[in-house]
Amino acid sequence: MLLIHCPYCDETLPEVEFTYAGEAHIVRPENPSAVTDEEWESFLFLRDNVKGNHYERWRHFHGCGRYFNAVRNTITDKFLTTYEAGAPRPSIESLTEKGK
Amino acid sequence: MTQHATLLTPGTLADTAAARVTVTAAPGRLSLRARGDLSALETALGIALPGKIGGRTQENGIEALCLGPDEWVLLTAPENVAAVAAAGASVYDAHPHSLVDISGRETTVAIDGPRAVDLMTLGLARDPATIAVGAGRRTFFDGQTVVLWRDAETKFRLDVWHSFAPHMLGLLQTGCRELAAETL
Repeated sequence: MLLIHCPYCDETLPEVEFTYAGEAHIVRPENPSAVTDEEWESFLFLRDNVKGNHYERWRHFHGCGRYFNAVRNTITDKFLTTYEAGAPRPSIESLTEKGK
Repeated sequence: MTQHATLLTPGTLADTAAARVTVTAAPGRLSLRARGDLSALETALGIALPGKIGGRTQENGIEALCLGPDEWVLLTAPENVAAVAAAGASVYDAHPHSLVDISGRETTVAIDGPRAVDLMTLGLARDPATIAVGAGRRTFFDGQTVVLWRDAETKFRLDVWHSFAPHMLGLLQTGCRELAAETL
């Protein structure tokens, strides 16, 4: 079982309290009626499926109920960090240096 | 498979040497969502809202538990619910928020006894020791979302939605018997 740190509760808790919510930092177009079908398709359906460090969303469903972002390595399944929704995307360099 | 408990009305469900499980009389319960400066709301309700997730305060006949960054559950006497809702409504224009009566939603179970902590570990994914006495949490108990209140070292309250209650009560009932049958 994974242990996940909730940035809102500031506690490291079992995975069962959380739900996965897909790739993070996908911005909804400001004006949906102005975008082309291709752009809309890319917003709705096209994801990177990263092998390695992946920016993703999680929700502390059985807890504070908040969505937050995480960086998880999809090969090792290790979390590099978790941070509040809306916070800027941390660079991978800053995370891996801290981990060493 | 765990047998489903049939008792959902207030009363003692299991009473063994290990622990006692009681369905309590339904309290008045309100859900509060609010952001920003809460002082106007706190004055109107007559309670200082706990700021930290899991924190609890009790004042003016209301017991508050902080569930999330902008979410609280308030317990009060059933006859006091309308007054609390009215107090919230009186400051609504100055401080928009959501204060909803959810008294009809959950079953409350009180658990106490020497092995109450062991009983909690049957369903709790997290370590019960991480929840301090006098604190509470919304967490996960054998597949269901529960609001857990720790009133003393071996005294807990669990709030669970009605539809999940028969399953949870069945588990607690079995657990009580099992722990009592164990020779330590």
